[in-house]
Amino acid sequence: MNRRVIFVFAALGGVLLCLPSIANNYVLSVATLFLFFAYTGQAWNIMTGFAGQLSLGHSLYLGIGAYASAALYFHFGIGPWAGLWLSIVLCGLVGSVVGALAFRYGISGVYFTLLTIAFAEFTRIGFDHWDWLGGSGGLFLKVTRRDQIDLLNLRGTPAMFYYVILALAATALALSAWLLRSRAGYYWQAIRENEEAAQALGINTFRWKMLAVVTSAAMTSLAGVFSAFYYNNLFPEQIFSINRSIETILGPIIGGIGTLIGPILGAALLTLLADGVTELVAALGWEVAGVKQLIYGVILFAVVTLLPHGVWPVLARKLKVSR
Amino acid sequence: MSLDLLNLANVIISGVLTGLVYGLMALGLSVIFGVARVVNFAHGEMMTIAMYLTVALFAGLNLDPFLAVLPVAAVFLVFGYALQATVINPFVTRPDHSQFMLLLAIAVIMTNSLLIVFGPDARSIRLDYLLESIELGPLLIDRGKLYAALVAFGTSMTLFGFFRFTLTGTAIRACADNWLGAKVVGLDVKRFYALAFGLGAACVAVAGCMMSLLVDVTPALGPAYTLLAFVIVIVGGLGSMSGALIGGVLIGVSEALAGLFITPSAKSMFSFALLILVLLIRPRGLIGNKL
Repeated sequence: MNRRVIFVFAALGGVLLCLPSIANNYVLSVATLFLFFAYTGQAWNIMTGFAGQLSLGHSLYLGIGAYASAALYFHFGIGPWAGLWLSIVLCGLVGSVVGALAFRYGISGVYFTLLTIAFAEFTRIGFDHWDWLGGSGGLFLKVTRRDQIDLLNLRGTPAMFYYVILALAATALALSAWLLRSRAGYYWQAIRENEEAAQALGINTFRWKMLAVVTSAAMTSLAGVFSAFYYNNLFPEQIFSINRSIETILGPIIGGIGTLIGPILGAALLTLLADGVTELVAALGWEVAGVKQLIYGVILFAVVTLLPHGVWPVLARKLKVSR
Repeated sequence: MSLDLLNLANVIISGVLTGLVYGLMALGLSVIFGVARVVNFAHGEMMTIAMYLTVALFAGLNLDPFLAVLPVAAVFLVFGYALQATVINPFVTRPDHSQFMLLLAIAVIMTNSLLIVFGPDARSIRLDYLLESIELGPLLIDRGKLYAALVAFGTSMTLFGFFRFTLTGTAIRACADNWLGAKVVGLDVKRFYALAFGLGAACVAVAGCMMSLLVDVTPALGPAYTLLAFVIVIVGGLGSMSGALIGGVLIGVSEALAGLFITPSAKSMFSFALLILVLLIRPRGLIGNKL
C-alpha cells in the first residue's frame, strides 16, 4: 500500500471519529445507517465471501438477535449489555443447527441458499403468531429522553448510537482482517475455491464451514441488538423479511465480495445512492410511489452487468493496492 | 357424509384446483432452471405482470381472461426469449451470487414499474359466471377455479408433449442433460437456453392469467410468488417437470387445510416447514429425476 492511500484511509477514519461534532442529526443518521450496513455486510462476507456458502437468510440472525435482547429488556428489565450474550448464544446455536443440518445432509449450492431463506421465512411467520413477543403487532421498547445518555441501557442520543455502531464496524473490519490471514481464513478460501480438493488435502470441511456460519451468525446478532435499541420497535414482517437479507448482501456484492474493503465501500455507495436518489426524485417532483426503488433497481442492474466482481477490485487496481 | 367431512372435501378440492395453477407457475421455474441452470428470482414478479396484463385487458378491452391467455402468453414467450438471449446468457457461467443479483435487479425493476403504472391498490376481475358453483353430487365446485385449473393442466400437458414428441423439445432436453455434448453435435445451446426461458415465461403467463381470476392482484405479490414457486419446485424436485405439478397440488392442498384448521395467515409456515423437511430428507425433491 502506498503512502497516499494510507493517508486517504487515515483521513477518512479521522472524519468518521469527529463526525458527531461537525454534522447535524440528519447526516449522523445517514452515517449510522452506512456503518450498520458496513457491519452486517462484513459479517455476511465471512460466511459467503470467505467460505463460499451463499446465505440469503441473514435476517434470521438479525431478527433473533434483536428479539432476544429486546425481550429480556421488555419483560425483565435486563439491559442490552447482558442481553447481547443471549443474542450471541442463541444465534450461534441457530446458525449451528442450520449449518449442521445442511452440511451433514450434503446440501450445497442453490439448495443451501434456499434452505437459508426457508428457515428465515419459517421463523418470521412463527414470530408473527408469538403473542409473548407482541406477534405481528410488534414489540415496542420504552423511549426515554433523547438528550440524555444512558450507555448501560443503550438509551440516548444519536451520537451515542453512532459511536456504538462505529466501534462495531471497526471491530468487524479488524476481526475480518485477522481471520482472513489466519489458518481458518486460508482453509475457508480453499473450501470456497474447490471443496473436494480441500477435503483431499485433509481439511475437515464440515468443521470449518460450521465455524464460518456460527461466526457470521453471532456477529449478525449484534447488529440485531443494535437495531432493536436504535429503532425501539420490532416487527417480524420487517426484521425477518427477505428484504433485510437482501439489504445485507447488497453492500458486499456491489463493493466486492470476499474482500475486506468491499463491504464498507459497498455500504457507503448504497447509502449515498439511496439518499441521492431520494433527493433527485424530490427535486424533479417525481414523488410517485416506486420511482425511487425503480432507479435503485436500474443502477443495481448496471453495476451487476458492468462490474461483475464489484467496485473495489477495479478501484484497487487503479490505486495499485492489494485487495 | 357428515357436514364436517363434506366441508373438508370441498376445501381439499379447492386446494387441488388452486394447486394446479401453482403447479403451472412452478413448472415455468423448473423448465428455466432445468435447462438454462438459471435460478429465476424474478419469477413471481413475472407472474404478477401477467396478472396485471390480464386485468388491464379485461378492464380496457373487456377481453375475457380465458381469451386473454393467448396474447399474454405470446408476449411472454418473446419477452422471455429476448431477456435470456440479451441479458442473462452472459451470466450462465458466472457464480451463483452474481446471477442472483442480476435477477434480483430485474425483479426490483418489474415490481416498481407495476407500482408506478397501476398504483398500490388491489385490482380484480369480476365476472358473473366465475361466481357460480357447480354441484357435483353433494360437493360444490367453484366454476372459475375449475376452469382455471383445467387451463393450467392442459397447458402443462401440452408442454410435456412438446418436450417429449417434438424435435425442438428433444433438442432442449439434450441441452439440459449435457450442454457440451449438445454443442458437439451442433446445437446452438444459447439459443435453446433462450427458448427454454421463453417457454418458462409463457407458462408463468398462463398461470398468471388464471391466478387473476382467483385472487386480487397488487404489485407486492411478486416476492411472495417467487418464494412459493421455489418451495414447490424444491418439494417436487428442482428440474423435474412432473414434480413441479405434483408439488403444486401438494402445496395447494396443504395451504387450504392450514387455512381451515389453523389460521390462514400461518398457511405458508407449513409450506416452509415442508420445504425444510424435504430438503433434509430428500434434497433432490420427491421426484428427483432430471428434465
